[in-house]
Amino acid sequence: MSQFLYLYRMADAARQDAMGTPERAQQNMQRWMAWMRDLDAKGHLKDRGQPLERAGKVVRGQQKTVSDGPYAEAKDLVGGFTIVEARDIDQAVELSRGCPILEGGGSVEIRPVMKMDM
Amino acid sequence: MELSEHLFRRESGRLVAALTRIFGVHNLALAEDVVQDAFCRALEVWKVRGVPENPAAWLMAVAKHRALDVVRREQTARTFASELGRSLESEWTLAPAIDEAFALSTIRDEQLRMMFSCCHPRLPEEVQVALVLNILCGFGAGEIASAFLTGRAAVEKRISRGKKVLAGSKRLFDLADDEFSARLTSVRRALYLLFNEGYHGASAESAVRSELCHEAIRLTTLLLEFRPAASPETLALAALMCLHAARLPARLDAGGDLNPLFEQKRSQWDAQLVERGLAWLNQSAAGQTVTAYHVEAAIAAAHATARSVDETNWEQVVGLYDRLMAIAPSPVVALNRAIAIGQRDGPERGLEALRAISDRDRLRRYPFYPAAIGELELRRGDRAAARRHFSKAAGLARNRVERRFLEKRAGEC
Repeated sequence: MSQFLYLYRMADAARQDAMGTPERAQQNMQRWMAWMRDLDAKGHLKDRGQPLERAGKVVRGQQKTVSDGPYAEAKDLVGGFTIVEARDIDQAVELSRGCPILEGGGSVEIRPVMKMDM
Repeated sequence: MELSEHLFRRESGRLVAALTRIFGVHNLALAEDVVQDAFCRALEVWKVRGVPENPAAWLMAVAKHRALDVVRREQTARTFASELGRSLESEWTLAPAIDEAFALSTIRDEQLRMMFSCCHPRLPEEVQVALVLNILCGFGAGEIASAFLTGRAAVEKRISRGKKVLAGSKRLFDLADDEFSARLTSVRRALYLLFNEGYHGASAESAVRSELCHEAIRLTTLLLEFRPAASPETLALAALMCLHAARLPARLDAGGDLNPLFEQKRSQWDAQLVERGLAWLNQSAAGQTVTAYHVEAAIAAAHATARSVDETNWEQVVGLYDRLMAIAPSPVVALNRAIAIGQRDGPERGLEALRAISDRDRLRRYPFYPAAIGELELRRGDRAAARRHFSKAAGLARNRVERRFLEKRAGEC
């Protein structure tokens, strides 16, 4: 088994929209819970991860300039991450297809965690 | 931890009420934004970390925190609730003032004040109902539109018109106001309409409709918790809602088809709701006057306590309909009276009563008028006439559930 990082990305407008009405928020929530539960039940959930605040700071370049960011308007702001275990990247991709963020116009970026077998 | 049903919708109404206490009703939109924000946050955190032990308290803590933030940041740019006086201006009093706004009893009172404000006499009834559903019950415009079979744009217009009036009225209705009892009448009326939309409405989605009924019961119960609002008339309204709602589980059969009262399995009626309804009906008798709500509740009670159609006291039911016609006449009441007469005196008499409805042309597009004729014709043995009337009724059906039921009925003749 290998580990993969899921990065959840979504634009702010889409995020607001997925919330829509309280009832839609509830449905969205239920889909996430069901999806996570399923990953867990099948032994794929390595680390549930953490949600991230939408705004922070960016430090850039040799000048080490500090700016506010990432900007909320950014197309695909990272909103959180999870680490899953899967046979290979194909299976990790397959598992991500059930992620509710996709219904709301967001994306899941899947990155293999590098293996340190020397 | 599982998410309780409609958690977000329920909490939405409560949180908006608390936040309006702080921000003032002129900042209703801000209060709604803060709630939306709290929900977004909940979604982000809960989806990875799971639902917390007490989700309602979690949401409230986030909303409180945000409120504190907003007040500090916008102190100079905005004016907040005048009722809180200067308590928002100093750090010493700010946090306690916000805690107070989120106290259980404050939330209850603010919800009541919001309800009374939504039922402003300057607003048409359909606007009042839409406002109550949106602000207190957390339904979106699209959801209200689909429950009422109206366009979304029309509902949005109603809501924004209503909110403009609310925002213009400096503060929420004062429950100690002289106008209280007049306004209470409008509140009851709006809740009655809300319930009826759920119970008799045109939407095919039975889940949506039973939600409307249960919201109406929840808000009426909220009224009953406030002594001055818990008059015999309010008790009668609550009773009639419970006694009707008790039948909801039996109204559709396993296949999703409509089940008329005459064919419902009475064992499926909600015994707890019946009991609650009967208790309230009993208490409602304390007053001097008999209102339409009392009579309607008494009719519902007569059905709820009868073991079968044949064991129903039709004599009493007809008598109650006579009284209802005297207090609040309407062609639909007359139609139901005629059906009861048909049960008491036979189909011929029932048909006579149907034909004698004075303003029956107002029932021209109501599918259950020809359907009632069909039932009575069938009972007296004229199958051809029955089929004709059921087909006519099917043509007037307002949704597929009604149509399927009436077509099936026509097919059975």
